[in-house]
Amino acid sequence: MTPDSAYSRRWRRPPQLVTTRGWRLMLPLLVLAYLVLALGSLEVDAGRVVEGLSRGARFVQGFLQPDFTSRWQDIRQGLIESLTMTLTATVVGVLVSVPIGIGAARNLSPRPVYLVCRSIVAVSRSLQEIIIAIFLVAMFGFGPFAGFLTLAFASIGFVAKLLADDIEEASASQIEAIRATGASGWQLIHYAIQPQVMPRLIGLSLYRLDINFRESAVIGIVGAGGIGATLNTAIDRYEYDSAGAILLLVIAIVMLSEYGSSHLRKYLQ
Amino acid sequence: MSALDTRRGEPPHYSQIWTFRTPRAQLTLWVGWLALVALFVWCWQVMNANTLWIFVTDAPDQAMDIGSRMFPPRLAYLPELLMPLWDTLNIATLGTMGGVILAVPVAFLAARNTTPSALLVRPLALFIIVTSRSINSLIWALLLVAIIGPGLLAGIVAIALRSIGFVGKLLYEAIEESEAGQVEAVSATGAARAQVIHYGIVPQVLPAFWGISMFRWDINIRESTILGLVGAGGIGMKLQSSIDTLAWSQVATILIVILGTVVVSEALSARVRQALI
Repeated sequence: MTPDSAYSRRWRRPPQLVTTRGWRLMLPLLVLAYLVLALGSLEVDAGRVVEGLSRGARFVQGFLQPDFTSRWQDIRQGLIESLTMTLTATVVGVLVSVPIGIGAARNLSPRPVYLVCRSIVAVSRSLQEIIIAIFLVAMFGFGPFAGFLTLAFASIGFVAKLLADDIEEASASQIEAIRATGASGWQLIHYAIQPQVMPRLIGLSLYRLDINFRESAVIGIVGAGGIGATLNTAIDRYEYDSAGAILLLVIAIVMLSEYGSSHLRKYLQ
Repeated sequence: MSALDTRRGEPPHYSQIWTFRTPRAQLTLWVGWLALVALFVWCWQVMNANTLWIFVTDAPDQAMDIGSRMFPPRLAYLPELLMPLWDTLNIATLGTMGGVILAVPVAFLAARNTTPSALLVRPLALFIIVTSRSINSLIWALLLVAIIGPGLLAGIVAIALRSIGFVGKLLYEAIEESEAGQVEAVSATGAARAQVIHYGIVPQVLPAFWGISMFRWDINIRESTILGLVGAGGIGMKLQSSIDTLAWSQVATILIVILGTVVVSEALSARVRQALI
């Protein structure tokens, strides 16, 4: 007997992620059990779905033949609200998040300030825009002002967190060098931190502008103004051609702004 | 005069005092800021043309009012929330599975090194990805509720459609970044196209694939909690009905449950992703 025969003659691919044999057998079984349970609790009204397919076909038709004209007034108003809301909210959000971001950077702020700022960030990030919008609409009334507040609040968490992380990663030797010249706290931020994080901050603001526009299309559903309100009305009236037009406009603007902001970011960095 | 006079030969406008920026850069910066402020003021005025400031000024009273109604959250409402919570988890999980299954072929068609035709198929795949990414899952749900009726199915399909873009984009970037040497080694053995993908590319992107799927699952849990607002099932339906009946103490309970779910799913997804890398 040659020792070779102990080995399998055929090459088999070694397992990559789950290397324990037990888990390799267990995982598919667990997934299968979950699927049985989950699909069992799913109630699908097949008749309703079939009935809806013709409506789906009408929607696809509306998407292919969008109707921009008959509701143009509403669409225009919605777009103006969305765009202005996006811009003002991003500007205010970034302005507020700069001090919070500086406060939430461990290498600059004393511990109590750090904790307070980090908790502001955590609260703003963990709440969904829509849920914030529901509350702000209840407090400030319907319309784009509530939407503006929602987007500004959501921007704070996003921009402040990423800015703080960036400040924490800033090169310590430059900070040390400026501090060695006897600079005050403000001068330290101005001459040592700001040049290091500014390109990133501009990039973040542009990215947030993009996100805010997308979100502005959604928060209108709960009454916070913008194109989402127009879209909601169009769908409620079963005007799929107008809804298709609105969605195409949203996609076009998002693509444009994504393209534009990526170019601008490349140019600035 | 003397050889030590270093100023000779320099342009006269050079200042001997160090400044942060050159005068020209300073001017451009100020003009830029001015333009931004002007744009902001203009947008602010357009936006608030129809704002009723009387509602804004009494917001603190409203906030106090809602806060006092919310405050002791009605914990007796919790048992009623268990079933919708299970539904929400199902929407997110089944939706993620569906989205991932649909996204894999799209990603392979969109990646430059695996697409069958860079001229025809790739733009189409990229268009699918962009469309899916630019429409929020709530809007997908709004459409699907109108089309296939309210319920869990609309939510699952909405989450799946929205996930295609996200998973597809990250996955096709991972495929494009995969190392060409390994692919070449496999194709040098005489492997067919499908075999090259199976043995050369899949092992390289597999960890990224599971990481992306877990990440999307975590996002989908967040998103599926609110899909019920437009009738797509889950805990959002309870939220909507509680808000409609102004039962703010129930709203508080629901928010606590949502927050807890989100925190747990985020921790879970972070654990799994850490184990993968």
